[in-house]
Amino acid sequence: MNQVVKFTIDGIECMAAQGQYIVDAAKENGIYIPTLCNYPGVKPKGSCRICTVKVNGRMMTACTTPVAENMQIENQDNEIIELRKAIIELLFIEGNHFCPACEKSGNCELQALAYRYTMMVPRFPYTFPQRAVDATNPKLIKDQNRCILCKRCIRAIQDEKGRSIFAYHKRSNKVEIGLDPKIGKGLTDELAQKSVDVCPVGALLIRGRGFEQPIGQRKYDKQAIGSDIENM
Amino acid sequence: MGQKITIEPVTRVEGHGKVTIHLDNEGQVTQTRLHIVEFRGFERFVQGRPYWEAPVLVQRLCGICPVSHHLAAAKAMDVIVGAGTGDGLTPTGEKMRRLMHYGQMFQSHALHFFHLASPDLLFGIDADPKSRNVLALALENKDLAVQGVMMRKFGQEIIAATAGKKIHGTGAIPGGINKHLSQMDKEHFLNGKAPMNIDSMIEWSQAALEFFHHYHEHNVGIIDAFVEFPSSYLSLVRKDGALDLYHGVLRAKDQEGNIILHDIDYQNYLKYIDEEVRNWSYMKFPYLKELGNDAGWYTVGPLARMNNADFIDTPLAQHEFEKFKAYNKGKLSHKPMHAHWARLIEVLHAAEKMKELLNDPDLLSGELVVKGTRQHEGVGIIEAPRGTLFHHYKVDHQDQITLCNLIVSTTHNNQPMNEAVNQVARKLMTGKKEITEGMMNAVEVAIRAYDPCLSCATHALGQMPLELTLLQNGQVLHTRKNR
Repeated sequence: MNQVVKFTIDGIECMAAQGQYIVDAAKENGIYIPTLCNYPGVKPKGSCRICTVKVNGRMMTACTTPVAENMQIENQDNEIIELRKAIIELLFIEGNHFCPACEKSGNCELQALAYRYTMMVPRFPYTFPQRAVDATNPKLIKDQNRCILCKRCIRAIQDEKGRSIFAYHKRSNKVEIGLDPKIGKGLTDELAQKSVDVCPVGALLIRGRGFEQPIGQRKYDKQAIGSDIENM
Repeated sequence: MGQKITIEPVTRVEGHGKVTIHLDNEGQVTQTRLHIVEFRGFERFVQGRPYWEAPVLVQRLCGICPVSHHLAAAKAMDVIVGAGTGDGLTPTGEKMRRLMHYGQMFQSHALHFFHLASPDLLFGIDADPKSRNVLALALENKDLAVQGVMMRKFGQEIIAATAGKKIHGTGAIPGGINKHLSQMDKEHFLNGKAPMNIDSMIEWSQAALEFFHHYHEHNVGIIDAFVEFPSSYLSLVRKDGALDLYHGVLRAKDQEGNIILHDIDYQNYLKYIDEEVRNWSYMKFPYLKELGNDAGWYTVGPLARMNNADFIDTPLAQHEFEKFKAYNKGKLSHKPMHAHWARLIEVLHAAEKMKELLNDPDLLSGELVVKGTRQHEGVGIIEAPRGTLFHHYKVDHQDQITLCNLIVSTTHNNQPMNEAVNQVARKLMTGKKEITEGMMNAVEVAIRAYDPCLSCATHALGQMPLELTLLQNGQVLHTRKNR
């Protein structure tokens, strides 16, 4: 049995199994720490930084830092909140996120976080990058305009032989996630749907399907992101 | 020295435009133009997007009647997914869309008549501009103002119940609809606490017509003689000639009332209609090819629909339609101010249709979507509140849109609005060196009869201001702006 450790989050005493990542330990204690690149069952990367918390005064990513005895974690610190808001804004300005016509609207984690952190308008100028829609795969559409490069699809989606279907290509600020043309052709319906579900935004779409789920029945139409954890 | 009058912005219309009126040395009006000064470009940036996004994306052209764009695009996408050309949907799919559309027609017409047009009727064309607005209307005639607001609210709630939101919903999808009507919503609309139920809406629609008839009786000069010119008319009609706002065949009549477009399948509209570009407006000038680009212009909208339809399939609206026809001695009405009358007949028709649909069990259950053999080109046409709305798309093998052509109601009405401006300006401004507030509003009243949506017409962005300039020999003499 794992050893139980005691720690605090924003002064609230919490307990969790030693070695658990802060984000999961917080969840078990009814405290929500936002995530984007993190996905259940997939090894955390800590790349999006949205889960940044202060651990004993130092900024750390909650998805890659294990809890330890007597840790003092700050999740609602003003500096942390402002940092997260800035990250969300940067993600919006760096791509072309037009929520009004996006199939994922209402189910989108980025949009839900923007609402949660009351982003009204980004403080940074929009970059309006020229990006394409890759519609070559028979099952999936990859809209590069909306991709936030979280790598969730790369890390979570493999074919039956364990091969990754998605991969980075290009370099620097031109980097994109694409489907392997050969392996991608054999994508099953089940794996295509899983890819769409894994994507936190609307960058992956099932070909020929859109807006079948009515407004009002979408995940974040019903409750704000994180409130399921906070209301446990 | 010649004069140029500029009215900018034109007020109480949707969008942004200006009017220029040129006068020669003798003060004779030599040229008038309604300039649409916005530009948007939806036709271009929808290219490359997956086809199923079109109904949701393109409706962002407008916040006043997005449902019309939503449904016109959805109808085009029905063709793309092989669901037929307007009559292939499941009963639930078509009836839910129709309910959404009648809700839209009801709220948009109510907005126009009560909020935008009625202040001119109630206070007079040359009344103090401070009183020519819906707030003054509320102070002067509280019941009328409240009815206008509540009717609009009712229509918006119908839209929310069918599309998910009052503005910019997602109900219509290629091949059908994404939801049923809930039993709770049905009860609310049919038997909700008065006045927010369908019977009250029908009653108020009749009251609005009574208001209009009373006004007409005492102001024949404004409704009949204020502006009048011959025009051709284009609209959808049902295959049996009935007024149909959601689907039908294209019919056009010439100035004499002869049918010149014989109930054609609108998938072939390009054989009959073309668009001309002029260098002083972002709005194109569509015309019937048969009559040529000079004489082929036509009017769309409520007046065109009344002129083209043979009958209305709801009893109360049919009764009013018969009055309208009798008043015009069975001939076409070429009086743009009669569009207000026609609009109110459609309000009543929409209310009756909503009641019929709300009692239809197909809305509560049944298949939502149908699909067939994939096509690569589709046209969707609907009668929007302001007139016939064309959406035409081509989609490639990778499901991406390669072509989008939109001809919106106000674009069809471009030449008629210019004709109306011209006639009013010649009548009121000839020999005048200064424009009074009343003259300026008279020009706007003529434009307003068409309930134009200039944003949609140029697929452009913005509010609805208009500017009027008085020019003489190229020099600006007088400019009026309403901002």
